[in-house]
Amino acid sequence: MSNNTVPSNKPVKSTDLHIGEAEPGCKKRDPILVADGVSRTFGGLKAVDVDHVEIPRGAITALIGPNGAGKTTLFNLLTGFDKPDTGSWTFEGRPLSGMPAFKVARMGQVRTFQLTKALGLLTVMDNMLLGAKGQAGENLFRAIFPFFWAKQEEANRVQALDILERFKLDTKKDDYAASLSGGQRKLLEMARALMSEPSLVMLDEPMAGVNPALTQSLLDHILNLKAEGMTVLFVEHDMHMVRHIADWVIVMAEGRVVAEGDPHEVMRNPAVIDAYLGQHHDEDLGEDPAAETERVEAIKELLD
Amino acid sequence: MLVIFFGLLFAALTMSTFATVSASPAHADEVGTDEYEFVLTGNVQFDQKPLDNVLITVEGAGYEASVETGADGKWKVGVPEKAAYTVTLDEETLPEGVVVAKGGSVIEAEFALTKVKSVNFFLGEGTRTTVSFFDQFINRFVNGLNFGLLLALAAIGLSLIFGTTGLSNFAHAEMITFGALMSLLFSVTLGLPIWLAIIIAVALSAGFGWSLDAVIWKPLRRKGVGLIPLMIVSIGLSLALRYLFQIFVGGGTSQLPGSGLADMQLGPIRLSMIDVASMGISIVVLLAVSYFLLRTRIGKATRAVSDNPSLASASGIDVDGVIRIVWVLGGALAGLSGILWAYFRPGVSWDMGFQILLLVFAAVTLGGLGTAFGALIGSIIVGLFVELSTLLLPSDLKYVGALVVLILVLLLRPQGILGRKERIG
Amino acid sequence: MIDWGAIFSNAAVELISPTTAAYALAALGLAIHFGYTGLLNFGQAGFMALGAYGFAISTLSFGFPVWGAVLVGVGASVVFALVLGIPTLRLRADYLAIVTIAAAEIVRLLFTTNTFQSITGSANGLSGYKGGFAGLNPIPEGRYGFGPFEYNEYDWWLRIVAWSIVALACLFTWQIMRSPWGRVIKGIREDEDAVRALGKNVYSYKMQSLILGGVFGTIAGMIFVLPRAVVPSNYQTSLTFFIYAILLLGGASTILGPVIGSMVFWVLLSFFSGFIARAVEAGWIPFITSIQAGQLRFILVGVAIMLIVIFRPQGIFGNKKELAFVK
Ligand SMILES: Nc1ncnc2c1ncn2[C@@H]1O[C@H](COP(=O)(O)OP(=O)(O)OP(=O)(O)O)[C@@H](O)[C@H]1O
Ligand SMILES: [Mg+2]
Repeated sequence: MSNNTVPSNKPVKSTDLHIGEAEPGCKKRDPILVADGVSRTFGGLKAVDVDHVEIPRGAITALIGPNGAGKTTLFNLLTGFDKPDTGSWTFEGRPLSGMPAFKVARMGQVRTFQLTKALGLLTVMDNMLLGAKGQAGENLFRAIFPFFWAKQEEANRVQALDILERFKLDTKKDDYAASLSGGQRKLLEMARALMSEPSLVMLDEPMAGVNPALTQSLLDHILNLKAEGMTVLFVEHDMHMVRHIADWVIVMAEGRVVAEGDPHEVMRNPAVIDAYLGQHHDEDLGEDPAAETERVEAIKELLD
Repeated sequence: MLVIFFGLLFAALTMSTFATVSASPAHADEVGTDEYEFVLTGNVQFDQKPLDNVLITVEGAGYEASVETGADGKWKVGVPEKAAYTVTLDEETLPEGVVVAKGGSVIEAEFALTKVKSVNFFLGEGTRTTVSFFDQFINRFVNGLNFGLLLALAAIGLSLIFGTTGLSNFAHAEMITFGALMSLLFSVTLGLPIWLAIIIAVALSAGFGWSLDAVIWKPLRRKGVGLIPLMIVSIGLSLALRYLFQIFVGGGTSQLPGSGLADMQLGPIRLSMIDVASMGISIVVLLAVSYFLLRTRIGKATRAVSDNPSLASASGIDVDGVIRIVWVLGGALAGLSGILWAYFRPGVSWDMGFQILLLVFAAVTLGGLGTAFGALIGSIIVGLFVELSTLLLPSDLKYVGALVVLILVLLLRPQGILGRKERIG
Repeated sequence: MIDWGAIFSNAAVELISPTTAAYALAALGLAIHFGYTGLLNFGQAGFMALGAYGFAISTLSFGFPVWGAVLVGVGASVVFALVLGIPTLRLRADYLAIVTIAAAEIVRLLFTTNTFQSITGSANGLSGYKGGFAGLNPIPEGRYGFGPFEYNEYDWWLRIVAWSIVALACLFTWQIMRSPWGRVIKGIREDEDAVRALGKNVYSYKMQSLILGGVFGTIAGMIFVLPRAVVPSNYQTSLTFFIYAILLLGGASTILGPVIGSMVFWVLLSFFSGFIARAVEAGWIPFITSIQAGQLRFILVGVAIMLIVIFRPQGIFGNKKELAFVK
């Protein structure tokens, strides 16, 4: 189905990522992240219940699913921001379970947040510099003596400016992040994550609230990341975008991985349609006209 | 190295405790006399013979000091203000066979025209009725329950306010004091019967809660002031109100009618009629509040707002209205709690609310910030702990136990007993 | 008639008094906690008490030299910060507030209780520990200065040492806050999860901040007791609130704010108390007694805290630009 003769303005898709059938939990040729039996409940609600999932290295993987499917919760678990009830996972072959969030980030698995976390009363430049790894001046005793860190700081500044230019934020570098627009903050958060040169970037709805013109450039950035050898895992609700850039799609519903596969094929999977429609759509349909049109929209979008 | 120093310091502190047990500590028959110009003094004698090492505690006007009588049986305590003080003689430090004969071991002393006030206890022969540990335990337990219940009244209001507005209201202390002051005003000053005075005081406290919200908190919410600044505003408000109260009522302690009622003996339990009534009132009111929260529409709306304000307002609940009700309810409950606290202490004073504010906060935190029923459970635990700890700790350390428990619980269960974790991302 | 000269000179004296220096240093410590890191430490009074008692007890009970006594105080406050921080720094900000306020009360009650009287002096407190510090004084005996600022050699020595420490602390804080360390600290104030996601050990940074600001408070506590005696009732929660008032007055995330805030606070307070007391004596304010006049100043501080937070949240020295975004 997939071929490599796409026109040059279309992104180059990585193919042949999996081994065997494209089914939930299928093996990947070269997984960067492997999770096993991860579950998390809130009260009685099983927010995440993933038997097995692998994220392919060097590719762009989209994590989709209806609202409340457990995508953000899975992100939180995998990055050490939340503790699972059960389960274990490895990143680049090293076990990560129970590791605190900051260590996960230091290992090269960096995330952004669905609700943007720009550091408002820091300047855009300071936001960026905070992302840089291994800074000598972040040690209290060395911080007292600038000669320990002044040089490194300068180098980081150059790198930050470079990334800011790519994200069209360089003119804002001395403004408080609080003065940025919502979309600009999303960009800043992504740019900041890149400062640490991660090997896996996990983006939670990076395009939400970004205007269409910027969306295109954001997509290009994400594709660039792949070209630079990074692995990208992102959550997105916009199917056009997913189809456009993702090499692989993982679909979650009610905490479980219900389908996996190539972006074009996975949409035709009955499990996915079911997930977006709800389990008992035949009973519900027609009772609530608003809900019905919403579902119809969802189906249209899926099928289109 | 530093740890060793600290260890030394600590060892010295512990050793000194043992020293008190084995040998008598250094004599300190004068306390604070250099520092303050007002002096309480006395002479402890039995059968014309001076008694030394008798422990006297002076408490009042936010000040507390203890002194042991010297070889001549005399003691002196300097105090900061010309106010009313409670002077307590620790009967356990009297020699065998001597007890306080009449007037009791607690004396309320108030300065007249002079700067020196002498306070003397009447000692007589007799044996102290030593109460068995079990009986003491039961007594402390019942007292602790009573204390916990009155704390719960204040804590539920504090917790509801926190839940619905996010405000950690330090001025809750003054809402507690306000209730007691109003009941004092209407009963003692204006001579109304106490039951009527209490009803009026609770109603006024409700009004006080409402007006604090209307005048200060609602405008600040409108202005979009953050939660931490709001909390600091409440600290400023607490300080200002507290000293405003002091300007009006002075630094002394006054008693509400009936607070001197004698204890009754119910099996091993010694309680006054007031204690029984206090517990009864607390339980009835707490049940009513539970009913309100669980069964009525407004109560359910309150819990919904506490749970998730934005969701609640999206689903058509009048959040501002709910918050107003919570302030009125919180004010009334705090006022009532203040009245019961005035009977429990006993006495009405300008900073009485502030004295238990920390315990109320501890109770709310223990139960889980923002959960009304957690606050109830937390309060009972704190109340019991404070009272039961006096079985083992000196009474001037009784709050320490409760605060240590708070820290320990947070270590084990950070979200509090009934609290929930927050969502990230 | 009111003696304006006395009122003004009494107020002016506060400008360089060691008490003002002590409050400035304690407020600077709080600026590190609250202004820069966003930690709600309501136990600064506890840190100050540990400094005062650590210094006094190790001098009196153990005969330590000045440097040893200072180390004991500092060591005690480091341990205190660890005890406070370990359970609470992982929790939401308001938990730290409640735990620190509780812990400071525990410290005060432990120093007040009769149980440890032979060491702490219980409610009486301690005195007679100043010999070592006075012994280091290089200034020859005599009275120096001009106008209201005329002191003997001990008082000058004390003022010089106190204000030098404050100046050093300011320089130190200024330097670390413009370093990458300070950037992480300020990032934590804004959103600790974001900083965590960038690979910083937030817990450790908060702990460092808690210890550092606490040590400032501890040293402030030592300066505070050099012109007076150690009395446990000085270390009530309202001491912490006063320091917050100073911090907010000057500007919470500024270096000079706490210093100027402390000067303004004490000069105004002294002026106000002096004026009210004399006005009451002179019969200008008939409905108030002189005791009540003393209480007025607490009301003033309370109202001032409220007004500053509402109308000028960035303080006197805070950045105007920040104001637009202050939550
Ligand atoms: N801290 C929490 N406490 C209670 N329930 C939670 C918490 N976090 C998540 N949940 C619940 O877990 C479920 C999954 O939430 P999650 O945020 O992971 O969904 P999501 O897939 O990211 O949705 P969206 O696409 O809307 O962002 C939801 O039902 C949510 O209400
Ligand atoms: Mg999500």
